[in-house]
Amino acid sequence: MALDSKVPKGPIKDKWTEYKNHINLVNPANKRHIDVIVVGTGLAGGSAAATLAELGYNVKAFCYQDSPRRAHSIAAQGGINAAKNYQGDGDSTYRLFYDTVKGGDYRSREANVYRLAEVSANIIDQCVAQGVPFARDYGGLLDNRSFGGVLVSRTFYAKGQTGQQLLLGAYSAMNRQIARGKIQMYNRHEMLDVVKVDGKARGIIARNLITGEIERHSAHAVVIASGGYGNVYFLSTNAMGSNATAAWKIHKKGAYFANPCYTQIHPTCIPRSGDYQSKLTLMSESLRNDGRIWVPKNMEDVLAIREGRKKPTDLSEDERDYYLERRYPAFGNLVPRDVASRAAKERCDAGYGVNATGEAVYLDFASAIERYGKEQARIQNIENPSAQKIYDLGKAIVEAKYGNLFQMYEKIVDEDPYKTPMMIYPATHYTMGGVWVDYNLMTTVDGLYCIGEANFSDHGANRLGASALMQGLADGYFVLPYTIGDYLANDIRTGAIPTDTKEFDEAEKGVKDMIDFFINNKGQHSVDYYHKKLGKIMWDKCGMSRNEQGLKEAMAEIKALREDFWKNVKVPGSANEMNPELEKAARVADFLELGELFAKDALNRNESCGGHFREESVELDGEQKGEAKRNDKDYAYVAAWEYKGEPADAVLHKEELEFNDIELKQRSYK
Amino acid sequence: MNLTLKIWRQKDSNAKGQMVDYKVTDISEHMSFLEMMDVLNEQLIASGEEPVAFDHDCREGICGMCSMYINGEAHGPDRGVTTCQLHMRMFNDGDTITIEPFRAAAFPVIKDLVVDRTSFDRIQHAGGYISVNTSGNTQDANNIPISKHAADEAMDAATCIGCGACVATCKNSSAMLFVGAKVSQYALLPQGQVEAADRVRNMVAQMDLEGFGNCTNTGACEIECPKGISLENIARMNRELMKAQF
Repeated sequence: MALDSKVPKGPIKDKWTEYKNHINLVNPANKRHIDVIVVGTGLAGGSAAATLAELGYNVKAFCYQDSPRRAHSIAAQGGINAAKNYQGDGDSTYRLFYDTVKGGDYRSREANVYRLAEVSANIIDQCVAQGVPFARDYGGLLDNRSFGGVLVSRTFYAKGQTGQQLLLGAYSAMNRQIARGKIQMYNRHEMLDVVKVDGKARGIIARNLITGEIERHSAHAVVIASGGYGNVYFLSTNAMGSNATAAWKIHKKGAYFANPCYTQIHPTCIPRSGDYQSKLTLMSESLRNDGRIWVPKNMEDVLAIREGRKKPTDLSEDERDYYLERRYPAFGNLVPRDVASRAAKERCDAGYGVNATGEAVYLDFASAIERYGKEQARIQNIENPSAQKIYDLGKAIVEAKYGNLFQMYEKIVDEDPYKTPMMIYPATHYTMGGVWVDYNLMTTVDGLYCIGEANFSDHGANRLGASALMQGLADGYFVLPYTIGDYLANDIRTGAIPTDTKEFDEAEKGVKDMIDFFINNKGQHSVDYYHKKLGKIMWDKCGMSRNEQGLKEAMAEIKALREDFWKNVKVPGSANEMNPELEKAARVADFLELGELFAKDALNRNESCGGHFREESVELDGEQKGEAKRNDKDYAYVAAWEYKGEPADAVLHKEELEFNDIELKQRSYK
Repeated sequence: MNLTLKIWRQKDSNAKGQMVDYKVTDISEHMSFLEMMDVLNEQLIASGEEPVAFDHDCREGICGMCSMYINGEAHGPDRGVTTCQLHMRMFNDGDTITIEPFRAAAFPVIKDLVVDRTSFDRIQHAGGYISVNTSGNTQDANNIPISKHAADEAMDAATCIGCGACVATCKNSSAMLFVGAKVSQYALLPQGQVEAADRVRNMVAQMDLEGFGNCTNTGACEIECPKGISLENIARMNRELMKAQF
């Protein structure tokens, strides 16, 4: 099948408007006879469910958590971008579009990104109308912060809990529709397969996680909004339950999976402390505005620190290696996420990691505290302030800016980051790859849509800070409600989809067989045993830097691990009850396939772009020596994989990317 | 460190539960409480026993899913944290730790330490929203200035994570801190004022219907709340309810 992105013709700034003017609409009386299933209730799924219900469709929404309010969008900290230009600093739809395409290292689809930038301003209006308490200045107007190395201030925020507030906004919109009966909410339910009838998505098979009952649900269209697949690494900043099952199951039923190798490894997370570690915690990117990143210059100091003979504060300035400032004088500590992560890995691989595991670098606020302290002393007319006075004044400023993050750090690590530098290390955070969708957000299966982090479309090979929230809400509030109507207009005479058909029988049987296997397989190893092994392969060989040999090994090792899993996994308990181990087993089974396709995709893409760094593709000389080298001649395409059984047999389909409105350039941060 | 755990085990909502003793050894003080539970569960799986079911998800204190009652306190002995943020350094070698589910008539036990908190959702369905459709034609976000003070106070109320620690802690199993926080968030913002009277009436009525108790001002909820939601929110809810009667 040839990939058709269905991007409308015409100038980029008119595409979306023209598109909306010419699509088919469903009249309000007919919407009452059309059902839509939405899987996942984060920013994308929650906003889509609410909006579709407001329009009059009958929505069935599913989440594995005990309430839609707990989806992992809730953990997003920093903010949401929108081209409002409230600061009058030259922002515009075009500039947000340009920054997003460039930030994505020119691997996203121009038309989708432009539309995202175009609807971004409406998101803020909508959220304020819903009662989202964004930060405001003393005049009562909305405040902005600057984020991730762009040149304007366009990030709206609600303290360090922007994701929480936006999600609670979408949840409140859902609540209104649940109360009206327009959304039927299925908490503690997990989708385990999609049902296709005559080639169209017409329903799902879901497991009730309380009773274990397998349920059939039908609809005229199915929307997947189940988030990213970062947990393929076992350790990530994702929630424990975050999984790729819905996305992977639809892939196995015909939806192509695009660019799985594009993963964002976030540079500032709290390091792992031991083998028992279950997840990693992010420290907001905003900390790099004031923190300086370093490791000791001399190996004897590294060892002394690890053995507790020295403290980081014992080291003088010239015994420290501020390696980002050294390597990237122009951007220093504020280089983009992928660059900062790789530089930390480079130092730790060279043996300079500062904690027991050898995987940590310092993020130091001492000079920021001193700088702010001196500034405050001047402002307050304090002559000859003592060092302690300067420290106290400076600490107060740092506390006002980052207090909640410092407290979070202290609770986890049990060290006071005002007194001793924070330890940080990169961790998997976001996946730019995902289910391939066209301009309508429809997958390669008719009537099957994919929105939010679960799809691939807007962030290319690297996502900018504060853009994930923007994309989730844009898809759910403002894009999908239009595009899905154009499809559903053909379904006004279809009537309710029956569930007592052979298609539902078959899908249900597949799910029940899998569950029976897990319950009856008397293996030796727990699910976590396999998940941790998979995570280690992914991190070592498909992590921040990748090479041909490692990727080939990863494919073979994952395949072997998967085969062992299907022989020796042990799942306690029974099928007809709440059984968290059974839930995990089904999720890890999918990660064990996805991981191999991930490695295959990374192997295929022999260029370095965004979060994907191939050691074979670096600049060999000149100012950029050793930096990532993109290859536009051979790889300016979306790699969309078609399922053929074994992940190694997946077939590649290319969507060539056209850049008509933006010129392709190599990124430089020197 | 080596610990003795006394954990509430209950097969399902209809079964009769009981406390069961377990031993765990070599627990690192750097582990989170839930990582200690992971160690226990791996141990139980290896020995052919059923692992302990407990709710958890984000493990960074924001989703509100974790819900244990540890040594007689919701989310355990630390302040300003959820169970997932509680670390083992709060305990000593040789300690016996009692772990129960959140207890309240409106939070029935589903299994072991997992409780059903959908009563909170139903209170929100009754009025936890502003009636505005998604259209792309709402007025510009800056058309109505909101004082920084009101916006900040609304934000403080809105940080509630809906975990239910307030209910589990309250001797009356009152949900007033939870409901007060939502009522306050909207009451403090101009966008929320149009429906303020109906909202507080409906949410309070649903709260009563769900079987939550009343507030007798002991303030335990405020102390145990992982997000520091203030008792002022209960006072504001009561004021809003009084206003709504006229």
